[in-house]
Amino acid sequence: MNSLIHVQGLAKTFVLHHRDGAQIPVLDDVTLDVAAGECVALAGPSGAGKSTLLRCLYGNYLASAGSIRIRHEGHWVDLARATPREILAVRRKSLGYVSQFLRVIPRVSTLDVVAEPLRELGVAADAARERAAALLARLHLPKRLWSLPPATFSGGEQQRVNIARGLIAEKPVLLLDEPTASLDVANAERVAQLIDEARQRGAAVVGIFHDPAIRDRLATRLFAVEAQILELAA
Amino acid sequence: MNPLLRVNGLSKRYGERIGCADVGFDLYPGEVLAVVGESGSGKSTLLQLLSTRLPADAGSIHYQITGRGLVDMAHLSEAERRWLLRTDWGFVEQNPRDGLRMNVSAGANVGERLMATGARHYGQIRATASDWLARVELDPARLDELPAGFSGGMQQRLQIARNLVTRPRLVFMDEPTAGLDVSVQARLLDLMRELVTDLGLAAVIVTHDLAVARLLAHRLLVMRQGRVVETGLTDQVLDDPQHPYTQLLVSSVLQV
Repeated sequence: MNSLIHVQGLAKTFVLHHRDGAQIPVLDDVTLDVAAGECVALAGPSGAGKSTLLRCLYGNYLASAGSIRIRHEGHWVDLARATPREILAVRRKSLGYVSQFLRVIPRVSTLDVVAEPLRELGVAADAARERAAALLARLHLPKRLWSLPPATFSGGEQQRVNIARGLIAEKPVLLLDEPTASLDVANAERVAQLIDEARQRGAAVVGIFHDPAIRDRLATRLFAVEAQILELAA
Repeated sequence: MNPLLRVNGLSKRYGERIGCADVGFDLYPGEVLAVVGESGSGKSTLLQLLSTRLPADAGSIHYQITGRGLVDMAHLSEAERRWLLRTDWGFVEQNPRDGLRMNVSAGANVGERLMATGARHYGQIRATASDWLARVELDPARLDELPAGFSGGMQQRLQIARNLVTRPRLVFMDEPTAGLDVSVQARLLDLMRELVTDLGLAAVIVTHDLAVARLLAHRLLVMRQGRVVETGLTDQVLDDPQHPYTQLLVSSVLQV
């Protein structure tokens, strides 16, 4: 099996220092392998820790224990131990993340927001913009919006910008947090097609999909995330 | 890859008071490090020490000089140190009036640093200065005007042009957006982000504004009472802060 994600014994507990040191255990002993061409849907009720797991996989949350190995340029990098520079290098080349909400950069046009991940890989500005335009066209984002910063766009429009930005660099590992939540059926299907294509070219995809229709359409496997029992420390 | 800057055990006391205690980090080419913390946390002292404007009581600063490897800044002659500050390093002051020469023209402010690198041809210096004004979105037609007639945001952009014209490899910035209106800040931030990426600059940016840090920095150093209490990847430190002080800092920001 050509594994691209290898998580072992992952635990995550939040310690709230200003709430009397309350400990909130969210993940405990999570072990997960994801191979190229798989789309693993994280399953479990709200609060079970699906988003927490996804953020740990991106290096956005610090693991409390265990390892999070991501395949990067032919070797494994453990995000639980990597330096910030190493994590950024893995993200630039190998690890993409589509968050639920677009973090807007003031003044930057939609086309450049989408093209940026390619620019970071050294693709020339014109070529990167061309690919961004092609992707936005596939997602049916009206052309008149491309030169505007996405700050004033509707939720569904911003989400499509976010997805285009997440998929443009064709990274081998993709993490998707509710990529179709604010989209109508037709637009959700366009996004699903792009995710399928990513999988078919060999990407390993891990996602949270609340809509059962989209989940069944995309997932090759479900992974149950179990809620931890909440214990408040004295 | 070798670090551009290597800092070890940097400390400074003002009498009994700690300015900065035992600060160490490596900075790599193209890397942007933000130093965050409240007023009095020692972040500006740290910047003064790093840029060798203030002598440290203890610790060392090594800088990668082209062709010479990592050199202990304390071993440089005064002339070498000054040359480095005028060419390979930049320093952007919080108040542009401290970083600009207010009694000479905008063009001369930019051209002056260029001359420090050996440029002598008047027409070329003028052309380069004019290019840089345009690059920081100032009207090149105002090349011969004094900076006093510029708005705060324009002065700050002029100061950035003055610093970047020599293509430095390392830039220090002290609260570069603090004195500006919010709308002007956004423009400056976007511009700085673009320039840092295009030129592959390494930068140490002191800011109390976590949004500025998130937008510009790869890495964060959180300071409190002169000490580094937490360090890490910018989004990780802001989204999952570990130290009690960082948790307080992050949770105190008003969401808009």
